[in-house]
Amino acid sequence: MPPQTITERIIARHADRDAVSPGEYVEVRVDQTWSDDLGAPITLGLLETYGIAEVFDRDRVFITSMVNAPAHSIETAEVLKLIRELSRKFDITLYEMGHAAIHNAKAIELGKTLPGELIVGGNSHACMAGALGCYATGMGSTDIAAILATGRTWLEVPRTIRYRYIGKLRPWVTGKDLILHTIGRIGVAGADNAAMEFVGEPIAQLEVEERLSMSNMAIEAGGQNAICQPDAKTFAYVEKIAQRPWQPVFGDADARVSEEIVIDIDALEPVIAAPFLPSNTTSWCEVKGLPLDQVYIGSCTNGWMTDLRAVAAILKGRKIADNLRVIVIPSTAQIYRRAVEEGLAQIFLEAGAAFSLPTCGPCIGAHAGVLADGERCLATSNRNFPGRQGALRSETYLCNPVIAAASAIKGCIASPDDI
Amino acid sequence: MWHQGRCWFFDDDVDTDQIMPTRYLALRTAEALGPYALSGVDPAWPPRVARGDIVVAGWNFGCGSSREHAPLGLLGHGVACVVAKSFSRIFYRNAANIGLNLMVLQQDVADRTQGRDGWVDVANGRLSFDGGATVLQGAAPAPIVLEILAYGGLMGLRAAQAAKATAT
Ligand code: SF4
Repeated sequence: MPPQTITERIIARHADRDAVSPGEYVEVRVDQTWSDDLGAPITLGLLETYGIAEVFDRDRVFITSMVNAPAHSIETAEVLKLIRELSRKFDITLYEMGHAAIHNAKAIELGKTLPGELIVGGNSHACMAGALGCYATGMGSTDIAAILATGRTWLEVPRTIRYRYIGKLRPWVTGKDLILHTIGRIGVAGADNAAMEFVGEPIAQLEVEERLSMSNMAIEAGGQNAICQPDAKTFAYVEKIAQRPWQPVFGDADARVSEEIVIDIDALEPVIAAPFLPSNTTSWCEVKGLPLDQVYIGSCTNGWMTDLRAVAAILKGRKIADNLRVIVIPSTAQIYRRAVEEGLAQIFLEAGAAFSLPTCGPCIGAHAGVLADGERCLATSNRNFPGRQGALRSETYLCNPVIAAASAIKGCIASPDDI
Repeated sequence: MWHQGRCWFFDDDVDTDQIMPTRYLALRTAEALGPYALSGVDPAWPPRVARGDIVVAGWNFGCGSSREHAPLGLLGHGVACVVAKSFSRIFYRNAANIGLNLMVLQQDVADRTQGRDGWVDVANGRLSFDGGATVLQGAAPAPIVLEILAYGGLMGLRAAQAAKATAT
């Protein structure tokens, strides 16, 4: 059997093959999928049109209303109503309100994206789960409809690009900085349709949820998936939550990769991506002091407990600056509850931040913090394309959670060392 | 899949938020989304473009969000084909899945006069101008993509496969 990368081995297993090679087209079984309030009306509408009465396995499918929920207009209320009706009709679990969550975070929290599995979510950031050692990728509404009908999809087996991180993480440098720096170096199509494999001592050092923020942004480099070999930290993380038996998969040491890129992080400072591309990166000190109208801490990239704890440690006993507004949004209702229990919510509120319902928030410019013309937001989310968070001439700068928190206190781009 | 239409040229990294801005995502049919296609790049674009026109873009067209509303809007607006130096993978799949023709052409088009006439031959990966005097050779879509397009989209193909499976 030819040596395989971890991505190839997972795909091969789900195609009932011994091995696969990059560039091959294969039909695979899908272990888990999901949709949301943007995609579900199209996806479930297709099932109706094609007379498909039930989904392939209701334990492997769910929907979250997260972009426009709770409804903020009559149009969005109608869409959410339709989704409730359709999910009942197809007997699909729908999460909203007190169970609300961003879907890709929900899938992880539910223990339904496990090492060795093949995951296809109905959002581009479905690639996030790959940090747990699964193959995970995002697709659109029709692909998800076909998966709901058959439990299968087709893939073009990706070539693997290995990113080997070396050096030591400096203070305030997180997984988010590693991925922003990487995208800055390779460009927004630098991993076009490839599997991005993250290896090296700094990756081993990161918390699992920091690795998740890295794999989350693989799509910002055009990656088909991103993956870390599972380790003791991964197993400790998933063992508590796994909802079904799983078997980890590892790549062979001698597997062929298309390229290995070595990234030395010894001198890396926290990274900012300036408008209007995630690859438009610079060191935080280059934009230090830049005034802001809004700071947004959340999104599927950085709305984890690990992130909220780091933010609370900085906001504790401090007040946010008068000249801006700050919104903190956990990724899931469970994280929201935990943040309340641990006293983090109190810290955010006392500092003067809004602590909002678990949704996508202003990440996608739909709800809960949309930007006006000319406004500038520093955000822990993942995209800063023109108009992403609101008006076409609003600006989004991307950063890690501690830089966002320190900037909230200072009123302009700052590091925790400045406050 | 041979088609003649006016060509409209776009730059690199046009993301799906620009192809279909978030505020229109409560809409979900091609017809409803059509009038807003590419309005995030240039609000003046949709009114100028007529049914049967061709979009010619740069690298990484359709990057970003997986919203299928982006290709649906282009389809609803009557765009006959999208030609790009490269596509983001999700957009590419989404477009083929709804039956929107697309083709990869890495060469530069020297004359990018907006609205000039072009001829596109998807199955053979060709874009020509000037009545065939200028022929640019790109790549034909992969067989699976051509098959999906031939069935008008992925659900059509899956339905045909299911019918075949029950017949045998
Ligand atoms: S938080 Fe932003 S990137 Fe993540 S799923 Fe929601 S809209 Fe998409």
